[in-house]
Amino acid sequence: MKSVTEQRLLVTGNEAAAIGVKLSNVRFISAYPITPQTTIVEKLAEMVSKGELKSRYVEVESEHSAMAAVYTAALAGSRSYTATSSHGLLYMHEMLHWTAGMRVPLVTSVVNRAIGPPWNVWADQSDSMNQKDTGWLQVYCESNQETLDTIIAGYKIAENRDVMLPLMSMEDAFVLSHTSEPVTVPNQSMVDEFLPEYKPEFVVDVNNPRGYGSYATPEGPFMELKYDMVSSMERAKSVIRDTLREYSDTFGREYSGLTENYMMDDADYAFITSGTLASTAKYVVNKLRKEGKKVGLIRIKFFRPFPQEEIREALKHVNAAGVIDRSVSFSAGGSLYSDVIASIYRKLDVPVSGFVAGIGGRDVRISDFEHMFSLVQDGTEGMQWIGLKEVD
Amino acid sequence: MVLMPIAETPSRNHKTDSWRVQTPVVDYSKCIRCMICWKFCPDDAIEISKTGELASPNFRISKMEVPVINLDFCKGCGICAYECPEKCIDMTLTGGVTL
Ligand code: SF4
Ligand code: SF4
Repeated sequence: MKSVTEQRLLVTGNEAAAIGVKLSNVRFISAYPITPQTTIVEKLAEMVSKGELKSRYVEVESEHSAMAAVYTAALAGSRSYTATSSHGLLYMHEMLHWTAGMRVPLVTSVVNRAIGPPWNVWADQSDSMNQKDTGWLQVYCESNQETLDTIIAGYKIAENRDVMLPLMSMEDAFVLSHTSEPVTVPNQSMVDEFLPEYKPEFVVDVNNPRGYGSYATPEGPFMELKYDMVSSMERAKSVIRDTLREYSDTFGREYSGLTENYMMDDADYAFITSGTLASTAKYVVNKLRKEGKKVGLIRIKFFRPFPQEEIREALKHVNAAGVIDRSVSFSAGGSLYSDVIASIYRKLDVPVSGFVAGIGGRDVRISDFEHMFSLVQDGTEGMQWIGLKEVD
Repeated sequence: MVLMPIAETPSRNHKTDSWRVQTPVVDYSKCIRCMICWKFCPDDAIEISKTGELASPNFRISKMEVPVINLDFCKGCGICAYECPEKCIDMTLTGGVTL
């Protein structure tokens, strides 16, 4: 049901993220500035200083400390948040493992930016793809609206007692982070009802000391704890589907689940990608459809847990597919590509082309997509780099 | 429900003294009670004690709290000795004061 009191605002992706954090009643924020994330925490600092958001805001000397601060605040019972990009995220890497391993359900925004050298602040998903094995859930947003909604739904998914894993929500640098779009801001009381107060089962208490992550021998329970994270990641799939359905019913915006299928019902060919490249892909799908080519798009919204079932289902009747990665995995092609191939192995006989495109913020144009389509149609296998220039 | 790496026994029950090869010994007659050793100890093995009966460089300092190394947790890394500005912590092969 739609509320009459919801607002429509023209905001950037970063402002949308900050509004999502405010609506989620986050009680502890800590961050270190890095372009292009900075305006998220600047906005939050402003909200805290004006008293609009009743949260503790702690400045720290590094991203490693920021993650240490927010995860311990969450262990002490406060819903917590941080945001970062690129090298900042890499600097957090150790604490990402620690947060997920301690089963702390944080939400963190990552504005996807290239990793140096050379220095480059533009869109590139290599930073978060590098964190795919840390035990965090990963969401790649396509719009500012989705960025806002993912923060609210993200806390509910992460804090679910069957999941209890942190969630990372991605925005492509500048394309979303610094570009304004109309965004519907849900009503606070409806959000409060959807997302109840954070009440973890265990809270650090000096009067009842326990060993938090202290010690496990080869005999146990180290392996068992890691296996439980894997099981929770699997269980998260149905929690995600249910929570997004509830979100759609409550706030009136349609979110399908781990993936979004666009014109896939009768498609002979499929593009598979994530983030804002999906928007261009949709435009190109429409264009090619007008030319009589039956093509569709699978947008991978959740990269962790990886939507194996959805991908297999969507690719069942296609002749060929092309996966577009906005990141590089050296010597293995692209992370999306590898995981798509692994999920259809010996289950579907579909040729899959892999493309590395748009890294370091390079534009991926309509003509590039048309070129990729022709390669997919030809059944070209292996990795191709799109838009690569001659270097003397 | 999920499994969480939270133990009923606090870290306090996991002694780390058996890791130690060298033992820090504080020469309290030179110690200025700056507590830099306490701040740097990675294992929280240095405790601030109110027992002002140990030797001290002068009368005023003798009234101050003293750093005492809890040898149940000291792993003998020597960071306290390295950081001490008065160089009054000696890493020895034996010895030490037990709380
Ligand atoms: S030797 Fe290391 S562990 Fe022992 S008291 Fe000094 S700093 Fe702490
Ligand atoms: S650092 Fe040295 S001088 Fe300072 S309190 Fe420790 S032992 Fe004493």
